[in-house]
Amino acid sequence: MADHGDHGVNDFAFKVATVNGTGSASANGLLLQALFRMGIPVTGKNVFPSNIQGLPTWYEIRVNKDGYTARSPDFHLIVAMNPQSYARDIEEVVSGGWVLYDNTRELDDKFRRDDVNFIGIPLAEMCVSEFDGSRTRILMKNITYVGALVALLDIDMDVVKGMLQQKFSKKQHLMDANFKAIDMGYAYAREHYDCPLPIRLETMDATADHVMINGNTAAALGCVYAGATVGAWYPITPSTSVMDGFSQYCKRLRVDPETGKNNYCIIQAEDELAAAGMVIGASWMGARAFTPTSGPGISLMSEFIGLAYYAEIPSVFFNVQRTGPSTGMPTRTQQGDLMMCTYASHGDTKHIALFPANPKECFEFAVAAFDLAERFQTPTFLVSDLDIGMNDWMIPRLEWDDDYVPDRGKVLSAEELEEAESFYRYLDVDGDHIAYRTLPGVHPKGAYFTRGSGHDKYGRYTEGSAEYMEVVDRLLAKVNSAGDRVPEPELHQGAEPTELGMISIGGCHWAVLEARDDLAEQGLAVDYMRIRGFPFNETVERFLEQHDRVVVIEQNRDEQLRKLITIETQCPKEKLGSITYYGGQPLSKGHVLDGLAPWIPELAGGGATPGFADAASDTAVVEVAP
Amino acid sequence: MSYIAKPAARHPQMPRNAIGLTPRDYEGSMSTLCAGCGHDSVTAALIQAFFELAVEPHRVVKVSGIGCSAKTPTYFVSEAHGFNSVHGRMPSVAAGANAANRELLYVGISGDGDSLSIGLGQFCHAIRRNVNMLYVLENNGVYGLTKGQFSASADIGSLSKAGVANRQGPIDPVTLALSLGATFVARSFSGDKDQLVPILMAGMRHQGFAFIDVISPCVTFNDHEGSTKSYAHTRTHMHEVVETDFVPLKAEIRTKYDEGSVKAVTLHDGSTVRLRKTDPEYDPGDRRAVLDYLGATAAEGEVATGLLYLEGTEDDMHSFENTVDAPLVNVPFDTLCPGSAVLDEIQEEWR
Ligand SMILES: Cc1ncc(C[n+]2csc(CCOP(=O)(O)OP(=O)(O)O)c2C)c(N)n1
Ligand code: SF4
Ligand SMILES: [Mg+2]
Repeated sequence: MADHGDHGVNDFAFKVATVNGTGSASANGLLLQALFRMGIPVTGKNVFPSNIQGLPTWYEIRVNKDGYTARSPDFHLIVAMNPQSYARDIEEVVSGGWVLYDNTRELDDKFRRDDVNFIGIPLAEMCVSEFDGSRTRILMKNITYVGALVALLDIDMDVVKGMLQQKFSKKQHLMDANFKAIDMGYAYAREHYDCPLPIRLETMDATADHVMINGNTAAALGCVYAGATVGAWYPITPSTSVMDGFSQYCKRLRVDPETGKNNYCIIQAEDELAAAGMVIGASWMGARAFTPTSGPGISLMSEFIGLAYYAEIPSVFFNVQRTGPSTGMPTRTQQGDLMMCTYASHGDTKHIALFPANPKECFEFAVAAFDLAERFQTPTFLVSDLDIGMNDWMIPRLEWDDDYVPDRGKVLSAEELEEAESFYRYLDVDGDHIAYRTLPGVHPKGAYFTRGSGHDKYGRYTEGSAEYMEVVDRLLAKVNSAGDRVPEPELHQGAEPTELGMISIGGCHWAVLEARDDLAEQGLAVDYMRIRGFPFNETVERFLEQHDRVVVIEQNRDEQLRKLITIETQCPKEKLGSITYYGGQPLSKGHVLDGLAPWIPELAGGGATPGFADAASDTAVVEVAP
Repeated sequence: MSYIAKPAARHPQMPRNAIGLTPRDYEGSMSTLCAGCGHDSVTAALIQAFFELAVEPHRVVKVSGIGCSAKTPTYFVSEAHGFNSVHGRMPSVAAGANAANRELLYVGISGDGDSLSIGLGQFCHAIRRNVNMLYVLENNGVYGLTKGQFSASADIGSLSKAGVANRQGPIDPVTLALSLGATFVARSFSGDKDQLVPILMAGMRHQGFAFIDVISPCVTFNDHEGSTKSYAHTRTHMHEVVETDFVPLKAEIRTKYDEGSVKAVTLHDGSTVRLRKTDPEYDPGDRRAVLDYLGATAAEGEVATGLLYLEGTEDDMHSFENTVDAPLVNVPFDTLCPGSAVLDEIQEEWR
């Protein structure tokens, strides 16, 4: 952004460029948390390589007094700690912005830009003279740049020191070292530069009802609250921290105080096929069981998913999407598995799927996923992504209703079986397309043979056409009926429908909302619906009907959501346009505004949204007779 | 199978077990396998083992993958829940089910294709994980259900029905199970019910993964001359290394063998397995020696049978995972859900 006239106090983005494995994560976490504790809306996004040590890594922080949390690619300040990536990092600063770098070594002229301000601080030199041991020096270099930022951005030093005190209360020598480093960076910046910079922070009161958390931890906690007892998994980025979180909270909350034994069982499987089998076995037995994975894992689980669909076994799958296909870019985000999750497996299949847009919904939808899986006796997917799952989000506090009773669905008890004249596993006795289920070991009358081979409504093996079709037709009606039970779409619209509508899904939401507000400021109202569940219901159908043209905004190449809508609703294909971005970064409002330009005459001409050159270059716009 | 009331009248002469059931009560629906298929004999032995152990039918869980062998759980204990899952993946289903409810008796039926080709990984990991179950591998050297292709257990030189010799080395599930640390490893023959039944009973009572490889000839695709998994070949080359006598808890020990050659092993539930060694040098408690012995007999083309290795242990997947003694499915929701106050506490850490 050429000028930062409207930027400045509590409204800018900056990023720290470091080397993977140098311990910068805790320094960046410290920064983020400090801003949050100052009451300023803030988001942190970790852009990391698929590597353990040595490659460039970035941490992006956006502060926004209005509460916008989407990624902003306009960096006003870069903390350039990695000479390897100097060229591109310095290139990315907006004109008039700042580059904080380590001037222990002089900066090569080729990196200099006339339109940005360079702030040199001899971080390495100071740390070498003040600290012993190479590891300590590397770590303290990170804390020293935090100290400089405290001065440059006017971060509340008391808040920062309070956090260090809390963290190192039992490790005096570490606290001393951290304090020393912070003070050192702070003093140097104050002495050599005009502090604070025009981009700076001011204490607010906008985060009191909020917490700062990532989606995977929230989803894991949702599993604990839903009463899940069996978790099976095979490690894969970016889903691994779901099971890490589950295991951590179970250790804390689920160990029987008398015996010291676990009220849960976490199995690290040999692969995702086995993880799916374990979930299906445990769910068949009556436990709430789940597996977290990412796209490649869902691919491997697909055979089992078909079995669970056809044999009607509740089972919960978390897909934290990453950039595919194949290994793709495993540490970048995408929404490339929408189609795969909704129709996973061979034959005619269709699954319930939930699409959270932030960690709060990861928590809530995790609980809902178990209820839906058991109510409809079918695989249920919680489809999030790397950005939601692994990044730090400011969200309204989670709430829990202590009167919540899990929906275990239609399961016959021993008493009911004792009284029953007969039990047939796949018979729709209530006319709601859902048959009664029994659990092993409960009563001899409940026994039946679960199989993936052809069966009639009595649960008997069959190869008969009519008997087979009767069952699969009921399955379709059953899953479709879940459309009214999945989370309702979120609608943003005025009293009268606008001509143009927007639809998006998952983490796209925040960029779309921000873009929509921008348009509103220009007097351009655009209705918007965020889809939160599949199958689609009447609300989706109605929104499509009410708008002459609808643009579907999503993060994959193949317009998967748009295709799903054309498959699953009455909406004519011509009515649907598409904005896709699939380069691996979270969506920003520039992607949306640039994508909308061909649709909104007032925006046309390409230059309507200055400052989003980055977005324009990798946004694909498909024009469908706007 | 859905529940269909059985006729109340029973043959008066039918023997009854400790809980008043007859062998009929452990049967399932009619087999649809080829007449003479070894798998049907294994089913018959299982029915007898369940009957003799006086197991409550609905406390049994039957699991299998896909294959002729995997179909057989339909043919026994119709009052038990059964799960015919996907090809080669039964071990994971069993592990998950067992994780959820550790109190039931798990019996898995597999084939050599199911366990040694497509499902080799899951088979190995179920052993490592020590899932508490009886795992029966009905081994016929071929894929029966897909019409007779060689399986990974086919011996070098064994002839297919069309006369083609197998060139690839076999995977021997017994030595594999031993090398992976299984605590109960047996081999038997579908045609030897006397040997099979006590081993199955001991396997059902064993704590942890109990593995039995049963040579179970495929009469349709692998029972011809030149096959090393035929009835004739197995009968002539089988060599019983240990005879097994299963002594249930509290039952009187019948002194059937001369004590010098008998090794008694007490199982987790207090029952005893008495192993009589036909070869005095053989020690069914020495894993390394058993592996050597099996290597030597295999080299001579002999098939060593019996309960080849047994270790009475307390361990299984649940002891590794330190799960509560009660089945997880019975833990009340109140115990599982920490409630709103704890959620508030946790969120204080997220600020
Ligand atoms: C994923 C998959 N691939 C292939 C098959 C086809 N298939 C069914 S049974 C079978 C082989 C069974 O052999 P085995 O386990 O030895 O059982 P047997 O029939 O010999 O008892 C195969 C390949 C399948 N059902 N699923
Ligand atoms: S094909 Fe072979 S294994 Fe299958 S039922 Fe017939 S005899 Fe048995
Ligand atoms: Mg076979």
